[in-house]
Amino acid sequence: MDVVLLSRIQFALTIAFHYIFPPISIGLGVILVIMEGLYLRTKNPLYERMTKFWVEIFGLVFLMGVASGIVMEFQFGTNWSYYSRYAGDVFGSLLAAEGIFAFFLESGFLAVLLFGWNKVGPQTHFFSTLMVALGAVFSAVWIVAANSWMQTPAGFHIVTRGLQPRAEITDFWALVFNPSSMDRLLHVLLGAWQTGAWLVISVSAYYLLKKQFENFAKASLKIALVLAMATSVLQLFSGHFSAMLVSKYQPAKLAAMEGIYEKNAPASMSLFGYVNEKSEKVTSLAVPNGLSILVHFNPFKPVPGLRNFPRSDWPPVSITFQSYHLMVMIGMGMIGLCMLGCFLWRRGSLFTNVGVLRLLMVAGVGPQIANQAGWVTAEVGRQPWIVYGLLRTAQGVSRSVGAGQVLTSIMLFACVYALLFCLFIFLLVHKIRIGPVETAEGQGSTRT
Amino acid sequence: MTFDLNLIWYILIGILLTGYAVLEGFDFGVGALHLFARGDNDRRLMMNAIGPVWDGNEVWLVAGGGALFAVFPDVYATVFSGFYMSFMFLLFALIFRAAAIEFRGKQAVGWWRNFWDISFSLSSIVSSFLIGIALGNIIRGIPVGADKEFRGNFLALIHPYSLTVGLMVLGAFTLHGALYVRLKTEGDLYKRAKEWAKFAFLFFFALYFGVIFLTLVQAPHVSKIFRDYPLLDAIPVLNILAIANIPRAVSKSRDFEAFLSSSAAIGLLMAFFGVGMFPNLVFSTIDPRFSLTIYNAASSPKTLRIMLIIALMGMPLVAAYTVSIYRIFRGKVKLETTSY
Repeated sequence: MDVVLLSRIQFALTIAFHYIFPPISIGLGVILVIMEGLYLRTKNPLYERMTKFWVEIFGLVFLMGVASGIVMEFQFGTNWSYYSRYAGDVFGSLLAAEGIFAFFLESGFLAVLLFGWNKVGPQTHFFSTLMVALGAVFSAVWIVAANSWMQTPAGFHIVTRGLQPRAEITDFWALVFNPSSMDRLLHVLLGAWQTGAWLVISVSAYYLLKKQFENFAKASLKIALVLAMATSVLQLFSGHFSAMLVSKYQPAKLAAMEGIYEKNAPASMSLFGYVNEKSEKVTSLAVPNGLSILVHFNPFKPVPGLRNFPRSDWPPVSITFQSYHLMVMIGMGMIGLCMLGCFLWRRGSLFTNVGVLRLLMVAGVGPQIANQAGWVTAEVGRQPWIVYGLLRTAQGVSRSVGAGQVLTSIMLFACVYALLFCLFIFLLVHKIRIGPVETAEGQGSTRT
Repeated sequence: MTFDLNLIWYILIGILLTGYAVLEGFDFGVGALHLFARGDNDRRLMMNAIGPVWDGNEVWLVAGGGALFAVFPDVYATVFSGFYMSFMFLLFALIFRAAAIEFRGKQAVGWWRNFWDISFSLSSIVSSFLIGIALGNIIRGIPVGADKEFRGNFLALIHPYSLTVGLMVLGAFTLHGALYVRLKTEGDLYKRAKEWAKFAFLFFFALYFGVIFLTLVQAPHVSKIFRDYPLLDAIPVLNILAIANIPRAVSKSRDFEAFLSSSAAIGLLMAFFGVGMFPNLVFSTIDPRFSLTIYNAASSPKTLRIMLIIALMGMPLVAAYTVSIYRIFRGKVKLETTSY
């Protein structure tokens, strides 16, 4: 295998593993702020118990994010050194800003959040929780801005001085607020809030099924369900706006997402289906002219298909199509489940409906899968470009690194991450099984 | 030499990496000494001494790396791709270290804790050593071609000089860690940390002179600036004074002074190499003209200016967080239910 493909696999593996954790941190961060805020207001010890329990889970998740995140900061240099030289001036600045504005804030206040219960007053503790949650959002702002620059580059010019051309900043704010960054940020944040909310829903449903910690579970479930309901509906709109941007700036990606080969024809919108890349045929259940309606509000207006573009500029169609549709399907499913949950809650039967509780418990992984699928759509759909329309992925790779080295590091990453993932799940399940009681009483904690 | 943006950024990157060495240095050191602490209680005290701060300390590396990417992208690209396998091992060590700290206390079973004790200690030792090896290579120079690419392999990075610097860094961090344990503990552990500090000091001191000697022989480009500007000799002199003050302060049980001295020693050592390297960031052993300097490896002036604004906005905040966290968690460490 060549070094480009191997480096891509390694990047995909390490970023996919990393991205299990930040959405939970971002989403759970908001929930912690709500819970601790309620505790400060009402002084109800139930909210204190909730906060302390979820803080412990937050700590574990956050740490996994830190451990896997440090790899990401250096992987551009190790595996994509040509890209690093090309884009350091623009892209590196955004990454550096993330370090300075987000990571220091998060890590500092995280210490107070986790270990400061008896060291600072409740107001200061709440402030720390707020700052950690905010830090997680800041982190998303800079990292999504950086990635969006790779999707819709802006605020730079190409200068050749010395051996290779490179991008240099002309307008910093145009770089940060490039055409897609704000819409994609909203999409990412909503996805993260959904992920956090659904983790809480899932665990609460488990307790209700087990008939354990029921008051705790009901209160947690209500907060999370409200958040999940609001974010999943907003996500529908955010998703639409993101797709509109893709149609405007990355039409080849949109064509791959919907499996549209035909040149400039009114396009249908598939609900699910199968792409045969060889015969360039899509077999799917589709809404006729659906894509034309969504993009142009006009069923007969044409949408560019893949054949509008040279074949060398096509992204992998099948992967992009399937990951996109998986994401959309889960997104719709989450809306449906939230509506069902809220409906039963109003009717007063949610907490005893075994079937629905089981469904909610299992659905907790839904947003995780949707997040991953969404990023696969965004990144695979961007191919063959590393910076859209400017620099090809194959050009971006390190010149002084051999395939053998990358293969070795991939295998090591695979082993280390598999081990870490198993341990993470084991500890998470262990913590959930023990439940919130013991933390509340402050004794017999597992951390003796 | 003009005082321009490139020079400012050379200094700022130096400050970030020095901050990293001083801060994460002691928590690596605590890790390196971890297995010498006997019994679960003492080991928990060791780990919780760094518990609230180690994660923040590591951010200095991430911020330093990010800043390097932004302002000297060629250095970031050449060094990280050139040192590929060493950096991968460093990353694995840092991952295991984070996991060890977080996971150790989560199960009460003996083998579980032993496993993470060993992981914590080994990963701390390996991280310190690998950072030292990287530092040694940066000081001595690496084979960089006219195209700014590293021309060599993993073995080209392993030689007596880099190994000696690696061991010196391990020694310096272990000493620094022992002095931090003195600050944060009481009773038996406090007494034992004095013994650790003694041994670590001797180990570090011997290697320190080894490195100075080898640098004069193997990396003459580093000492040139000190011959040209004798005033700069104040840096190594102060460095030796700071080092010499450590045993004095330890024997008088002035723990904070000892810790400050070793912080100063690490900081001055970084300053010593930083000044010696100037204006090169990566010295080419193939041809000095291929070296990556603060000019030929830098981002555009506009970006350096933007980054400076970001740094000027960010660094006071960073200093404020750092100071308040260390203040909140000052004093001897006490185990609580939320501790690791």
